[in-house]
Parts: sequence; C-alpha cells; structure tokens
Amino acid sequence: MNKVGSFIERYQLSHFIILAVIIFVVMPLALDSFRLNMVGKYLTYAFVALGLVLCWGYGGILSLGQGVFFGLGGYCMAMFLKLEASSPENTAIQSTPGIPDFMDWNQLTELPWFWEPFHSFAFTIVAILVLPAIFAFIIGVAMFKRRVGGVYFAIITQAVAAILTILIIGQQGYTGGVNGITDLRTLHGWDIRTDEAKNILYFVNGVLLFVCLFAARFIIKSKLGRLLVAMREREDRVRFSGYDVSSFKIFIFCAAATISAVGGAMFTLQVGFMSPTFVGTGPSIEMVIFCALGGRLAILGAVYGALVVNWAKTSFSESFPELWLFAMGALFIGVVMAFPNGLAGLYQTYIAPWLQKYVPEKFHWIVTNKYAEEKPVSATTSATTEGSETEDSSADTKKSEKGDLSHAGN
Amino acid sequence: MFADYSMAELTSIFAMQGFAGLILFSVFVLMALGLAIIFGQMGVINMAHGEFMILGAYVTYLTSNIFSSYLPESVYGSYFFIAMILAFFVTGALGAFIEWSVIRHLYKRPLDTLLATWGLSLIMQQLYRSIFGAREVGVTLPDWLMGSYAITDMIEVPINGIFVMILTIIITIAVALMMQKSRLGKQTRAVVQNRPMAAAVGINTERVDRLTFALGCGIAGIAGSAFTMVGSTGPTAGQLYIVDTFLVVVFGGASSLIGTVASAFTISQAQSTMEFFLSGSMAKVLTLLTVVIILMLRPEGLFSLKMRR
Repeated sequence: MNKVGSFIERYQLSHFIILAVIIFVVMPLALDSFRLNMVGKYLTYAFVALGLVLCWGYGGILSLGQGVFFGLGGYCMAMFLKLEASSPENTAIQSTPGIPDFMDWNQLTELPWFWEPFHSFAFTIVAILVLPAIFAFIIGVAMFKRRVGGVYFAIITQAVAAILTILIIGQQGYTGGVNGITDLRTLHGWDIRTDEAKNILYFVNGVLLFVCLFAARFIIKSKLGRLLVAMREREDRVRFSGYDVSSFKIFIFCAAATISAVGGAMFTLQVGFMSPTFVGTGPSIEMVIFCALGGRLAILGAVYGALVVNWAKTSFSESFPELWLFAMGALFIGVVMAFPNGLAGLYQTYIAPWLQKYVPEKFHWIVTNKYAEEKPVSATTSATTEGSETEDSSADTKKSEKGDLSHAGN
Repeated sequence: MFADYSMAELTSIFAMQGFAGLILFSVFVLMALGLAIIFGQMGVINMAHGEFMILGAYVTYLTSNIFSSYLPESVYGSYFFIAMILAFFVTGALGAFIEWSVIRHLYKRPLDTLLATWGLSLIMQQLYRSIFGAREVGVTLPDWLMGSYAITDMIEVPINGIFVMILTIIITIAVALMMQKSRLGKQTRAVVQNRPMAAAVGINTERVDRLTFALGCGIAGIAGSAFTMVGSTGPTAGQLYIVDTFLVVVFGGASSLIGTVASAFTISQAQSTMEFFLSGSMAKVLTLLTVVIILMLRPEGLFSLKMRR
C-alpha cells in the first residue's frame, strides 16, 4: 500500500517532491540571478554530503578526504574549460600561444602529457566519473582489504587530502598553484559567464542532484544497502555470514567519490574556477558537517544540510565575519552531542508529530512514515561502531562491553 | 645531483640539514607525545591538539611580556621555565574541562569525537585571533639562548635548537617513566588493556580518563612553550602540524612511545634532508606519501603493542 514503485515509499516521494519544488520552483522565482548562482554553488556541496551519507551514515566509513574527489571532478572540468579558453587566438600575446596562461608564466613551453586528453569533452566527462572512482578504489583496496577502518581510515584520508593540496600548490606550472585554474569562459563555444547560462546550469545541476539522490535511494533500498547497515553495526557477523565485507566498503566508497566528483565538476561550471582551497583537509571536514547537520542517515537531509550551513556561512561572513568560526565550531560540537541525527532526526522527533495533529489522517503519509525505516543514532549509546578492526584496543574493550550488555538485554 | 658538491660540503650539508631536521623532530615528538597518550591510550582523536599547543605558546608569550615589563632584567633569562610550568597547567586544566564537558560523552563514538574536537579547534582559533590578533607573535629570547655554536668552520648549530632538543629528551624520558612507573601511568595502562577489570579492582576509570586527557593536553602546552623558541606563533599555526603529527603517531604504532619517537625521527629527517635537494613542498609530498603507502602495507605502524583481545 505504502509503496510507489519498488524502491521509494509514498512519504519519501512526498519529501522528494517538496525538495524538487523548492529547488526548481521556489528558488528560481524568489532569488535574483546572482543569489540563484550561489544556491547552485551550495547545491554542488550537497553532492559531497550525499556521498558522505552513503559511506559514513550507511557504511560507517568516515572519509575526511571527500574534498579530494570534489577537487578531482572540479579540476577535470576546469582543465577542459581552460584548454578551450586558451586557444592560440586567445593567447596570442604569450610566448607560447595555445597553452594555459599560468603555464606560460611558469616558463612551460608545451602542454604536459596529462593535459592533452582534456581537449576532448567526451574524455573529460568519462574522466570526471571514472578518475575519482579509480582513485577511491586504490585507497579502498589498500585499506579495506587489510581491514583498516574507523579512525585510522579517517586519518589516512585526511593525509591524502593534505598531500594532494601541497602537490597542487607546489606544482604551479602544471596545476595553476594556489590560485587554481581561473578565467574559464566557454563550454563548446557557449559562454558560461552570462546570467542566462548560469540559470541553465543551475537547473542542470538540480537535475543531476536528483539523479544522484535517486541512485542513492536505490542503493540504500537494495540488498547492498541492507548489508551496509549490517556491516556498520556488526562487521564480524556479516563476515562470518560469508560476505566479503571489504568489497562492499570499496564499492560504497567509490560511489561516494563519483557523486562528489559530479558536484565538483558542476561547481567549476557554475563558479567559473577551481582552486586547491576546495581540496584540503579543512574544507573536507567542513563537508562532513553538511552531512552531519542534515542527518547522517538522510539523503534528502544532506541537501538541506549543505544549503543551511552554506547559507549561514555566507550571511554570517557578510555581516559578522569573526563570529562565523564560533558558530561553525558550536555547530560541530552541538550536532555531534545534542542531535546526532541532524535535521532529519529533529524532523522525525518533533516536527512530524506536530504536523500530524494538523494534517487530516488521510494525508499522514505526506509528513511521516509510521515505521521509521532506520533506527536512529541515540545521543548516549552507540549505533555506529567503528574501529572494530583496528589496533585500537580501548575502543574494542568499550565496544565489547556494550555488545555484551546488549546481548544480556536481548 | 651530488656531483656539484665536494665531499666536505656534502658532509656539512647533511649535518646542517640533519640538525634542522632534529629541531623539526623535537616539535614533532613533543606534539606527538601528547597525542600518543590521548589517541594511543584512550582512542580519542583530538583534532584540537594543535590549538592546545598554540595555547601553551601564547601562555609563554604572555609570561615573557610580563617578565620584561614588570620584573628586573636580571631574572628575564629564567622566564622560560616558569612559562613552561604555567603552560603545562593552563592547557592541562583546559584539557580536563574539555574532557568533562565534551569528550566523556563521546567515548563510544570515536569518529564523533573527531568532529567535536574539530569544532573546538575552530572556536579556539577564532578566540586567539580575537584576543591576540591575526598576526604572528614571537618572544624575545633571553641572551643565553642567542647565537650559535660552531662545531667546525662549516657547521654551525643554533643554541636555541640545542636547548629545545635537550628539553625534548628530558620530557620524553619523564613521560616514559611516568607511564611505566607512576601510579597514574599504571592505572592508565590497566584501563586501556581491560576497562571493566580495571574498574573491578577499584580504579576510578573516569578519573583516570580525565587525568590522562589533561596530561596529554598539558604536554601539548609544553610543546607550544618550546615551539616559541624556534618559531613564531599565530592563531592557525597549530593546523599546520596536526595532520603530520597524526601521521607520526599512527606510523609509530599508536600505543607505543618508542614507536612515536622513532617515527618522528624518521619523518623529520627524511623531510629535512630531501628539502635541500627538492623544493620544500615536494619533499613534504614525498615524505607523507611514503608514510601513507607504508601504512597501507603495514596498518599497525612500526611498533605495535601485542596483547590478547
């Protein structure tokens, strides 16, 4: 009764429709072109947050290096656009015409080999989707096959983000250095800097976001999604049941990477540049808070989380720049301690019951699902157990202690 | 690339770079010691560790200012020792407060402590910026730390560097002794190995947790104090070291102090030696990359504690 199609429930559908109305109708009508472009930029972060919902919320793998994948996607797109912008006619004043301006400034006389393929748009699209996934696959195989997880994985991914940032900044001639790749103009001759183009890109971005949201929904609803939750809770039991735990982890990590990269590519298109400021450890952790605020188990929450945090960041930075870091820090601590299920948890506990009072019973399916499909993370006990496969013995002791108690309870 | 240098020049290059590496090593060790205690013993990821270190540096800066403005010049030379003790207790007290207010609620969710302490680090950074300004501050070194000591006519080592190194050795030995011999150290290790059993024999595990966390933060404070001897302090200076320090701790094998020292030595020496021949950023990339690859092959780090689980 409560289902539409095989993987989406009716109340979920109503929430998808509400979000679609907000993104495709309310925002474009209410905001001018400049603000709409900004919302479009925020929505590109929603891709990363969505990826984190999959790999952190469902898979229990906290990656502090999602900025790497966002950056890879963004840089691929930026390389293509930059090559198009630096045609020999546009760059005639350079000592070597036809190569990007920053290479000319750094005394490079020919295009490096890894820039060559980015002349082709088809290759760029494939690279955006595949390159981050390959990178994630390498990290994933190395880590998960050796049963490294939890905090160790977080530290290693953070180090990877740091390495990539230093590399990009250090290799100025090949990457544009700390300024990044700027002055992007056209996509196949179509000027992306006009208001009209930005509006179109906003809608393209919205559609892609919904594609990713449906894909994420599909993954979660599939058997794979069930397994991920089981693995997050009791990894050893899933392994003893005969499943190859690491392959599922690698898959979800790669999926998250690809989704983030799509966001990165759309970021470059809408904002018109890409720089290492979106790759490093700081921004990568910031992206985790989008996901945490929205609710680590809520795919739609990720979108709201990205919108709310970035909107707050912009308005704070405009009026009280020095307060922003305080607010951000408080947000991190507050979300983790007071409401680990984020906005989605708040909605389920407080707003949905309140709404139910005012909505006729026939339409209750719009506001809530009577049977919450995921057991939420409670503030006091743990539902996400990490570190079971690490050397981290104290976490082990605590976990087994808790595990024993819960068995006794059963 | 070696062909351009004579043998004697090469020796002195390696000696000087090695010495620069030893100063980096001292900072790494001091920071990593506190982190190794908190992360290795308690399993808590403290992303605000760098900011605790900077707090120690600011305490030292304030103490030196007070000494130079209110006390006779003859005692200025000794300000550092008082500053170091103050830094230890101030950061330790803050650490105990943070453990009580935030960390103790999150022991069962290690990844969430990571996020919460990151939030804390943002708040602390902004506090420093509001109070001390965004510009870096430095202390005036007392006369006896100025100058350098010439070993041969080509090799010169700065005295403040030697002082920081000696300090590092003393603190490392003190911490090692404390973890091995003192009551708190034994209790901490007991709690790490088997929490319910430790509680059963009458150890107040919550108190041990708090003291351990405070101790780790206090050592970060001393690290900050020593840091003022070799560099200047800014609100975001702690962020620069935090990723490296975590790698040092993980690379060394999280619960082993010897491992921490050994890995700090390896990483700092590799980095500073390569820095001379490559650009600074490439040296860092290569070092970190090597460490990450080794960690992928050997996740438990160089030295790991063997225990029944």
